[in-house]
This record gives sequence, C-alpha cells and structure tokens, in this order.
Amino acid sequence: MTSPPSVSKSMTMGEAGLASGLGVFAYVCLFAAAMGHDTAFTFHASLATAASLIAVAAILNRYFARPTGLPPQEIGGRPNYNLGPVKFASAMGMFWGIAGFTVGLIIALQLAWPVLNFDLPWTTFGRLRPLHTSAVVFAFGGNVLIATSFYVVQKTCRTRLAGDLAPWFVVVGYNFFILIAGTGYLLGVTQSKEYAEPEWYADLWLTIVWVTYLLVFLLTLVKRKEPHIFVANWFYLAFIITIAVLHLGNNPALPVSFLGSKSYIAWGGVQDAMFQWWYGHNAVGFFLTAGFLAIMYYFIPKRAERPVYSYRLSIIHFWALIFLYIWAGPHHLHYTALPDWAQTLGMTFSIMLWMPSWGGMINGLMTLSGAWDKLRTDPVLRMLVVSVAFYGMATFEGPMMSIKVVNSLSHYTDWTIGHVHSGALGWVGFVSFGALYCLVPWLWSRQLYSLKLVNWHFWISTIGIVLYISAMWVSGILQGLMWRAYTALGFLEYSFIESVEAMHPFYIIRAAGGALFLIGALIMAFNLWMTVNAGEAREAEGAGVLQPAE
Amino acid sequence: MSLWNRHKIFEKNSIVLIVGILLVIAIGGLVEITPLFYLKSTIEVVDGVRPYTPLELAGRNIYVREGCYLCHSQMIRPLRDEVERYGHYSLAAESMYDHPFQWGSKRTGPDLARVGGKYSDDWHVTHLIDPRAIVPQSVMPGYPALARTELDTSDIAAHLRTNRAVGVPYSDAQIANAAADLKAQVDPDNSGVEAFQKRYPKALVRNFDGRGGNPTELDALIAYLQMLGTLVDFKLYNEKANLR
Repeated sequence: MTSPPSVSKSMTMGEAGLASGLGVFAYVCLFAAAMGHDTAFTFHASLATAASLIAVAAILNRYFARPTGLPPQEIGGRPNYNLGPVKFASAMGMFWGIAGFTVGLIIALQLAWPVLNFDLPWTTFGRLRPLHTSAVVFAFGGNVLIATSFYVVQKTCRTRLAGDLAPWFVVVGYNFFILIAGTGYLLGVTQSKEYAEPEWYADLWLTIVWVTYLLVFLLTLVKRKEPHIFVANWFYLAFIITIAVLHLGNNPALPVSFLGSKSYIAWGGVQDAMFQWWYGHNAVGFFLTAGFLAIMYYFIPKRAERPVYSYRLSIIHFWALIFLYIWAGPHHLHYTALPDWAQTLGMTFSIMLWMPSWGGMINGLMTLSGAWDKLRTDPVLRMLVVSVAFYGMATFEGPMMSIKVVNSLSHYTDWTIGHVHSGALGWVGFVSFGALYCLVPWLWSRQLYSLKLVNWHFWISTIGIVLYISAMWVSGILQGLMWRAYTALGFLEYSFIESVEAMHPFYIIRAAGGALFLIGALIMAFNLWMTVNAGEAREAEGAGVLQPAE
Repeated sequence: MSLWNRHKIFEKNSIVLIVGILLVIAIGGLVEITPLFYLKSTIEVVDGVRPYTPLELAGRNIYVREGCYLCHSQMIRPLRDEVERYGHYSLAAESMYDHPFQWGSKRTGPDLARVGGKYSDDWHVTHLIDPRAIVPQSVMPGYPALARTELDTSDIAAHLRTNRAVGVPYSDAQIANAAADLKAQVDPDNSGVEAFQKRYPKALVRNFDGRGGNPTELDALIAYLQMLGTLVDFKLYNEKANLR
C-alpha cells in the first residue's frame, strides 16, 4: 500500500489525526492540572500536557522534514523494515533495566540496614518496592518485549511494520505510562494491587497504548508475505491479547473524583483477591513467560543457526501452556479465606503446568543439537541457553511450591522472593540480555564491541544470581520453620522479631548478589554503548533465512 | 498425520489464531472467578462486620499509600502456629468491605489482621515514628511525617459515596455526616459522639495520637490499626453455623 504519488505534500490522516488528537488532549490535561485535587494528579496532568505538546511538535517536525511520500514498504524488492521504534525500545529497555536493578539493590540494602529508608515519605521501602517491580517487569521487560516483538514480527513476516506513526505511539506512549506509574509510586499514588499498582488514569492510558500495540502487531501479521505465522509470533500474540484481558479484568475502578488520583477498585475482599492473583500469576505467565518464550523461539535458533527442535512440540507447548497457566492464580491464596475448591483447582493446574513448561524448555535446549560446541565460543548463546535452564529450574520450583503443604511453609516467606528472582534474574534477565546482545548489533549494523565483556557479564551476573537465590532459600525456609517451631512444653519457640533478626546475614548476602547482577548490567550497557558508537560496521543483516517451524 | 495438518488453520490465519487464544484463556478464569460472585458459601454472614468509619477509611488509605501491605499480611491461615500467634483465622466476611483487599503476600513484619487492641495508642505513636525506639531489631521504616501532617478531610464524604457505588453499604446518614463523624471519632468531648457511635456500633472514640488540634494522618492510621480484626466477637461466632 504505497501512497499515490502526489505533486504537493500533504499530511496523512494519521499525522493530522494524531497531532490534533494530542493537541486536544494537551488542552484537557492543562485544564485537569489547573483543577486537580491533589499534588500528584496535578503533577501528572502537567506532565501529560508537556508530553502531548512535545509529541505534536515532533509530528509536525517530521512532516516538514520528510519527503512527499511516506517511507516505501519495499526497497528493491526487499521489505523496508521499520527499525526506529525497535531501536528506541531497546535503548529504553537497557536504561530501565539499570534503573530497576538499582532500586532493587537499594531496597535490598534497606532490609539489611533500615536506616537507609531515611524515614522520608518518598524513600521508604513501601514506596520503592513497587518502583522496583514495575521498573524491572514492565519497564525493562516490557521494552525488551516490544522491541523484540516489533523486530521479530517484521522479519518473520517479511513485511514492514503496520502503521506509520502507530509503532512510535506504542513505544513512546508505553514509556510515558512507565514515567507516570513510577513517579506516582514515589508520591504515594497506588491502588495497592501488586504489579498493577498504577491508578485509574495511568490504567486508562495504558489501555489505549496496549490496544494500539495489539493492532500494530496483528495488522503486521495480516499483511505478512510468509504463508505461515512463525511460532514466536503465536507466543507474542498470546502475550499481548492476554495481558489486555488481564489488565481490564483486574483494574476496573471508580475514581473519587475525575480530578484526583484516588480511586476504589470495583472488586472487594475475596473476589478482589481472586481477581488480583488471576492477574498477578498470569502477569508472570503471559508477560514474563509467554512473551520471553517468543524471544527464545526466535533468538536461540537464530543465534545457534539451527531450526527449532520440534515443530509438534511447539504446538503442544503453546496451547497447553496458555490453557493451563490461567488456572494457576489461586495457589497464591492457599489456606486463605478463598474457598477450598478454588485453591485445589489452582494447585492442580499449577502442578500440571510443570509439563508444558518443561516441554518448552526441552524445545529450546534441544534446538542446540549439533551446535553445542558454540556454547564454548559464544557467550551470548551461552547466556540464552542458561536462561532456559533457569526457566526449567523456576518452573519446577513453582509447581512444587504450589502444593498446599509446601506452601504452608513457603508462603509469606523469602522463599517466594527467591523463587521469583530465579525466574526473573535467571530466565527473564538472561534471555533479555541475550536478545539485546543479538539485536543491538543487528539494528545498528555493527559488530558487537566486545565478546570478552559479555563473558564477564555472564559470570558476574551468574554468581550474583546464585548468591541471591541461595540466600533467599535459606532465609525463607529458616523463617518458615522458626514461625512454626514449638518448644517441648508446647509453646511457640520464637517471637516474630527473632525471625526478623535471623534474616540479617541473608539480607546482606542477597544485596551482594543483587549488586553483582547490577554490575553485570552496567558492563552490558557499556558494551552496547560502545557497539553503537564505536563498533565496527558490518554488512547489513540479511533478511534472515529462517523457515517456518516445520 | 491429519491432526497436525488441522493445526495449519491457526498458523495461516491470524484472526483464527487470536480467537483460539481468547477461547483457551477464557476458560480457567471463568470457572474460578464467576462462582465466587454467586456461591453463597464464598462469604458467610457474620455478625459485627460493618463498613469502616470515615476516620478508619482515611487511615486505611494511608496504609495503602505507604505500601504497608508489602511487608504485612492481613490474613491469618488456619494453621496451629498462626492461630496461636495472631488469633482466630481470618474469615472472608472480615474483608468483604475492603476495596481493595489487603491480605498481602509477604511477612517481612508480622500479620496485622488482628493487631487491633494488641498494643496501646502510645505504643503505635512511638513505633510508627521510630520503630527501633520500641523494637531495636526491627527493619521497618519510620514515618515521622504522619504525626506532622494534618489529615485531608475535605472530600471524605465523596470517598464514602464512591465506596457505596462499588458495593459498600454506607447509608445516606453516614455519607451526609462523614466529615462530622471523622472529627467526632478523635474527640470524646464532641457533641456528635453519640450519634456517631449509633451509626458505627462499637467504634473507638479517642484522641489516637495523643495530641490536640485537627486530626493528623497518624490519628487516622492508628484508628484503622486499632480496629483491625476486632469487629467479630469470636465468643459468639459459630463456625458450624454456615455448614450446609
């Protein structure tokens, strides 16, 4: 669909529509800022006004700078890939990663030395912890997912990304959501639903961005030049559509005033708990698993130069995973006031989930058949493969912890934190790092600056992860055992504060592990920076010889 | 094999694929969530449970704002050690008016579901301002700003009204008198105390932070903490009453 050649330049519908829409939005936000009931709301409305005006200026600027027509769909018979938004999201991913890991380190240190809370409202653990989780999950992970999905869908469909401004709207709009959410946490704006803390107006904005994301992705699939939809795209699509469903289900809220930040969630008590963990567990299942499995299915075969191990296993893996995951939420609510039948369902499906998880792990690992020697020479591939190994470990530990008797010990303790981080640091972190080490040189047509630094990153971060998760295993199990310990006379053996005191050394070890992980990420940021700015040029990446998975 | 060939319809048609995904992910959620809204056994009827007073609600909002739920659960499981440490296991009815719920998922600090009445107001004042002044090994942050900050009471009626809209049964009188009730709860000499206690049976009336002047955020937070888990009288509670 190339635009018809025209003599005089005119704005496209998209340019005119988005610019005027944002103009109106800026005006509305200015009004909201002036009338706002609380400081945080006024601050956010002002930010939105400024951002909208900058966006309008950017759209106009692009219009005056561009030639008469829009960029062509193809150049010389080859797809003219739209890589600008991919580059932007990759860079933001790296930036937010460093930010999120740093905040994580700070709150880990706060638990070891509480004086570091500084007892100021904006710096306490309670406000920084959502900042950490959102920054690593949604800002770092989300940008990596958007970047890789926009890259992979173009390459595997052999077509330019659908939409002209829409992909830019997605990447910039998403990062604006992160900015609103993150500054909101520091100001005490939260609806207290874990991993869904942003208030109603941030949720509404995210909904608009996310629907645009879905449309860009879907319409790119629709105009693909390949007969088959590549397996990675199934996972990306499931991730995008399911996150939309979860977001809408978990967040319906009624604001106290449309000019204030506070709202009350529509669900209450036990129903709210069930909605929350249906959302919470599937944020893990679809954001942190399905999305990153898509990365695994594209980047590991590409890097190892081997086809995906088994096409049929991918089919089973895909449908079984997305069907079973949705049921697992109630295992976060064992022995609570949630009805027993729901808890039992949650546990049963969590245990079953072990199978597709390991099916996927096998599919990823066995893709290296005949290329295992590359693990010795290519630290990027090693990072990707170790991430899948961590995935296997975390997806064994998860079903085990979902068994009610195990959960009676592990729940409420640091064991959960350790479990999450073996998945988050080992799986999501490493697979993202591996993908970025592939993607950045491809995008900027450069050689990676230093493989040696990748090796350093790999080992420093791996040691960090091991310190982190083993400290949390010990502290978590210790905590659980101390809480239920009885003396020979039948009294509780320990007061609660004795269990807090016993955690101190493990909190120090955990912080040390987190610091190593952060150092690794800083080495990576330096390496990628040098790749883009000082790396040697390489031949443009070929359109990819990847075949559909069969 | 023909079955594998049938899968091609998903691989070759993005709309079929997305519809397939939606159907597959809908099942689990529908089966687990929908019955909670109509099965009567989900939330048993328990005497004593009432909506929060305006002051308690304001305190609860501070609890939410500061992220207390990230380190303190409000859900006592029916396990021997928990019942002995914290009190009777939590009932679904006890959080039925909680928008959002505050069950939590982590105990860096102890459970707070029944912290009400366990410590004196003075203890809470000192502890919230500087936890290590009372518990030297504590890792909790201090919240000295709460004592200095006057509670914003201007839109408290709107908060009650919004709660009613999402299902909390506040009466017209409770909404109309929200601002007055809030003031009355921190001032035992207030002429509105009697009417307030009629609207909120057994609600505590006292100067929670021990300081004069307008109610502070500390007043509100302590009022909330001191009522947690105290609404149900477990001497009268019959756990068999709802068995069918």
